[in-house]
Amino acid sequence: MVRGIPRVKCKSMGCCYISGMIPVSSTVVLNSVCIFCSAEECLKREKDRVSHYLHSSSETKLLEKVQHELLSVYATQLLEKEHSGCHALLRDDKPVANIFKQHVTAEGTAVKQAEDAASNKKAEKKDVIGLQEQLFVRKVIELHDEFMAYVNDCFLNHPLFHKAPEEAFEIFCNKGVAGSSTAELLTKFGDNILKKGGSEKLSDEAIEETLEKAVKLLAYISDKDLFAELSRKKLARRLLFDKSANDEHERYPDKVEATVWWSIYIKNGGNARENQTSFEEYLSNNQNASPVIDLTVTVLTTGFWPSYKSFDLNLPAEMVKCVEVFREFYQTKTKHRKITWICSLGCLIPFHAPNIRFLIKSQKPKQFLRRMFLNSTPKFTDKMRRIKIPLPPIDEKRKVIEVVDKDRRYAIDASIVRIMKSRKVLEYQQLVMECVEQLGRMFKPDVKAIKKRVEDLITRDYLERDKDNPNLFKYLA
Amino acid sequence: MPRTSSKKGSTHSTASYNSSTMDLFRAASGKAASKELERIDQLFYSYTNNSSDTIEPEGIESLCSDLEVDHTDVRILMLAWKMQAKKQGYFTREEWRRGLKALKVDTISKIKKALPELEKEVRRPSQFVDFYSYAFRYCLTEEKQKSIDIESICILLDLVLGSDFRPQVDALVQYLKMQTDYKVINLDQWMGFYRFVNEISFPDFSNYDPELAWPLVLDNFVDWMRAKEG
Repeated sequence: MVRGIPRVKCKSMGCCYISGMIPVSSTVVLNSVCIFCSAEECLKREKDRVSHYLHSSSETKLLEKVQHELLSVYATQLLEKEHSGCHALLRDDKPVANIFKQHVTAEGTAVKQAEDAASNKKAEKKDVIGLQEQLFVRKVIELHDEFMAYVNDCFLNHPLFHKAPEEAFEIFCNKGVAGSSTAELLTKFGDNILKKGGSEKLSDEAIEETLEKAVKLLAYISDKDLFAELSRKKLARRLLFDKSANDEHERYPDKVEATVWWSIYIKNGGNARENQTSFEEYLSNNQNASPVIDLTVTVLTTGFWPSYKSFDLNLPAEMVKCVEVFREFYQTKTKHRKITWICSLGCLIPFHAPNIRFLIKSQKPKQFLRRMFLNSTPKFTDKMRRIKIPLPPIDEKRKVIEVVDKDRRYAIDASIVRIMKSRKVLEYQQLVMECVEQLGRMFKPDVKAIKKRVEDLITRDYLERDKDNPNLFKYLA
Repeated sequence: MPRTSSKKGSTHSTASYNSSTMDLFRAASGKAASKELERIDQLFYSYTNNSSDTIEPEGIESLCSDLEVDHTDVRILMLAWKMQAKKQGYFTREEWRRGLKALKVDTISKIKKALPELEKEVRRPSQFVDFYSYAFRYCLTEEKQKSIDIESICILLDLVLGSDFRPQVDALVQYLKMQTDYKVINLDQWMGFYRFVNEISFPDFSNYDPELAWPLVLDNFVDWMRAKEG
């Protein structure tokens, strides 16, 4: 129970000030919640008093003063109290809502609580390191849900409280965990969920729900382009090597298209199905064109697909026939493309012996990658087994990062030129600010990188430094 | 006296006054001037190869030994600046004439005597920036060349800034040789060095702000120096 509840007195009518405060004793063990509740009571009583015998204009001032004396002055102490302070309140799920309603003002208590909320999250995250990647991401998602719930339910979606967890998440989502960035972890998480034979066996609805939640974390990751590139690679593998990859189309509807993840997916996988269908149609319409072995073809667009190494192989007669058949089919589709077939990747799947897949890369004006699935006859299989086919390359993290870095350099260049072209003359710091803003959607550009690009553009005569003001840059038409 | 017709209005009378007095002056000094020019040209040809209209590196070397100045001495660079010589290691007749006329000299001993005065002139703040910038451009040897290799930059830095900013130059040169981010330095960075040594307090760099548009190489240099300290 609270001792020494402050006495509230009004010295004279029409004038409101509080006197006779008894300071909350530091030796008394006080529960913050109790203090809040008592303070609430005080305020209520004060309000009654006002309505009974004071002028209504006094009410606001009076209540403010009471609040200040009861809580604001002791805000730090109350919030930091070990067992009942803000940290504890948030952690142990006390009835924070009431407290918020009564006592939060724009500054003061609210700010303190928001700050505490932010540092709270950072501390908790540390516990999660050391767990496996999947678990980590799951935990982060849970944490995120938890805090969002707080913000929504307890803090009535107050913007200040929204900001605190957002900032906190932003900070730790951009830190690495056990050598991997959060972008990588998120990618692997998603990949695991989506691929056949992944560690998670979820229903379609569960998959969708989980991914939707995971995607929310994407908002906090500044290297969105890295995430996009990594996801692309994973997606490519799933589409190429997952037996039932094609089923993915049916599973994920347009509503999530807005996110980066899905827009890549839709761009890449979307039209795969229809090409196969039309090829199968062609085959059924042209009986004499039938290849000895069954073919499944998927047309992929380069630029979206990672490039794979290609090796020259001497194709057996059966495969040559396949190539021919497809070539003829393709001619019916588009006249102006020339197909060059290079057998690149192949993968023997012992458990599905009849299936042999080859990645056939065609080099052409439009550069389409082709993939051929072969259902072979046993005899054919024998032949195939003797051919050494290199296994598909494992996704190289380093290569991805290189690609992303290169794209970023171009993006920064383009952004600087765009800005300078429209502004003609601009202060350096202003330029950096606008550049960061423009590119923020995909990644957080390093200011040093921007500086380097500016210097490069000076060398290439796009920009020049002003003669009199070294911090001013001019666009050279 | 022929009037120059291109000038109008109130300047008319002054213009005609100027042009007529100039003519007189020219007439009088004409003879002296042409004598001087002759001597300048003569001196020029004493350093060229027979067929050439340009003093070549060999000639420059003999010029230097006649002047008793090392060919790597900054004063030769200053002389080149006075001539506005385009190509390192070569002086054309135009350039030679320009330089010597400006210095009002026409013999080797006169040139020699004029060197200290030249140095003073160059080191005046108003002139030095121009000289400093010239020094860089003078070292560009190829047609489209825009940057100079680190090694040469270090020599150049020492040459033009060493006497006034010894500690900064030494530190910067050490850094440039050690780092691997940049293999060449361009004019913008070069001018940045000049501003840096003149404006930034050394070795504390207390007034250095990397958020400003200092060349990145200097940001890195400051970081490196600070890391060495701490």
